[in-house]
Amino acid sequence: MSASTRTTATQLLDNERFWRVFVWTVLLAGAVVMFLPFLWLLSSSLKTELAIFRYPPEWIPDPIKFSNYVDAWTTRPFALYVRNTIVILLLNEVAVLVSASFCAYGFARIDFPGRNVWFAILLATVMLPGIVTMIPQFVIFSRIGWVNTILPLTVPFFFGGGAFNIFLLRQFFRTLPAELADAAYIDGASEITIYWRIMLPLAKPALATIAIFTFIGTWNDFMGPLLYLAKDPNKFTVALGLAMFRTAFAGRTRWDLLMAASTMMIIPVIFVFFVAQRYFIQGIAISGLKG
Amino acid sequence: MAVEAQRTRLPWPRTRRARRALTGYIFISPFILGFFLFFVGPALVAAWLTMFDWNMIRPPYFIGLGNFKKMFADDLFYQSLKVTAYFSLVSVPVGLVLSFFLALLMNFKTRSIAVFRTIYYLPSIVPAVANAVLWSFVLNTEFGLLNALLDSIGLPKIAWLQEPEWAMPAIILMSLWALGATMVIYLAGLQGIPQSLYEAAEIDGAGRWASLINVTIPLMSPVIFFNLIIGIIGSFQIFTAGFLITGGGPQHATLFYVLYIYRNGLQYFDMGYASLLAWVLFFLIFALTLLVFKYVGRYVYYEDVGS
Repeated sequence: MSASTRTTATQLLDNERFWRVFVWTVLLAGAVVMFLPFLWLLSSSLKTELAIFRYPPEWIPDPIKFSNYVDAWTTRPFALYVRNTIVILLLNEVAVLVSASFCAYGFARIDFPGRNVWFAILLATVMLPGIVTMIPQFVIFSRIGWVNTILPLTVPFFFGGGAFNIFLLRQFFRTLPAELADAAYIDGASEITIYWRIMLPLAKPALATIAIFTFIGTWNDFMGPLLYLAKDPNKFTVALGLAMFRTAFAGRTRWDLLMAASTMMIIPVIFVFFVAQRYFIQGIAISGLKG
Repeated sequence: MAVEAQRTRLPWPRTRRARRALTGYIFISPFILGFFLFFVGPALVAAWLTMFDWNMIRPPYFIGLGNFKKMFADDLFYQSLKVTAYFSLVSVPVGLVLSFFLALLMNFKTRSIAVFRTIYYLPSIVPAVANAVLWSFVLNTEFGLLNALLDSIGLPKIAWLQEPEWAMPAIILMSLWALGATMVIYLAGLQGIPQSLYEAAEIDGAGRWASLINVTIPLMSPVIFFNLIIGIIGSFQIFTAGFLITGGGPQHATLFYVLYIYRNGLQYFDMGYASLLAWVLFFLIFALTLLVFKYVGRYVYYEDVGS
């Protein structure tokens, strides 16, 4: 780039009208690109098996075949998969909310020797790739007979509920004024009482953020169920069920039904996102900026 | 409290300081226990297993450095390293730059920012399995969306998932669809930059470009650095796309490292070798993170915000 073209480029950037048009065009084009796969998914999920192999593809299905959703739902027992996932989800929500907030309270509000060392370890484990312990954990869990049960997918969450969640709640607890606890101390309240009766109710927004991340994490998790539940179709989660559904039709791929099943798996996540958007943003702000 | 201690006969410490310490450790004990049970313990088990040949059925057979020798002679080990490095080297920088650029544009005060932010963010929360199923179809050679788009502007169709040289670009493209997650972190950072700094820059005669170089990028450097580290660590752990869409193929072109660990452990039940591969991954990520901290970290500008 020569000096003169560079000057014109920066001058152009400072031209208010050019800038406005530029921003809008790029963002709009990007949004279309981002949204196209969703439209494609929805459109394909409503097509007949014949229409799906029509070329060039049609965006509006003709005829619109809603029964793909019913067929996908009943070809494999997806209702059972949903139930299995919800059991794991509920256990994990309880585990994460109680355990992470309990640890976070210790890190945030109690001063004790060694706290900084343990906090450094906590931060290090946030960065540690979880995949590294996948193989030895599988070995250990199979030794104690936990394979083909939901225990490997739930029990670890009762031990701290994830380093990232502890970190997030710790940051939140530190923003609460110390006077709240001081008044309770004078009344003779123990740390447990202060944690449970005073701090937890105040931490509702942060807890909501964590509850949502836990929901998305559990609903989307594939590696865990693949390692521990893949042998027994009655224990499949939705993610595992959908993965296995790909090969459910001997020799051919039923894209119509696969797209319907995928849509059904995505809908709860998007629904939760829209309902709880502000908690998402809050979690991102805490994790990304104060980290 | 003293009364309680006598009643329950716990060795409850006498001094206030010691009591605080004990209370503190009780509060963080779930984390400490979990750290040893689910991280240190398994990591030690893996370190021990690296010296054995074990298929989980026969008793473990001690082979010393046998797994190391096997690894250094294993073509697929090098292939999986190469594949993962390729993915990481392209998807991380491209993703970082693109998402930063989009966040910059979005930070420009428009009323529609919330709508744009939502549209760009949504793909990143799509479940990995649903994502893999959707993209297998998008990338389908004959009937897929991507080739239909290429075809409509007169470009030839590409056999994305059948050609070894196209499979990786396809997976990278798919991973870029989820760049909204990084973008919103940038956006949160951009919104934290005080407006007064831009006003000061404007008084000094700085245009948009100069403000970007002298105000935005220095102040955003901690966030960029954070995203870089998270991006590198994440990119080394890619699994589902290779496992579900390409199965590591064609011709091992998408044999990601974690997929190769999974195969050795859960398909060939070669637990000693899989453990070694896992430890190697740990050291690689650790070394890479240190290098990035050392050589990139020095360019990060930390503003002293004061008290």
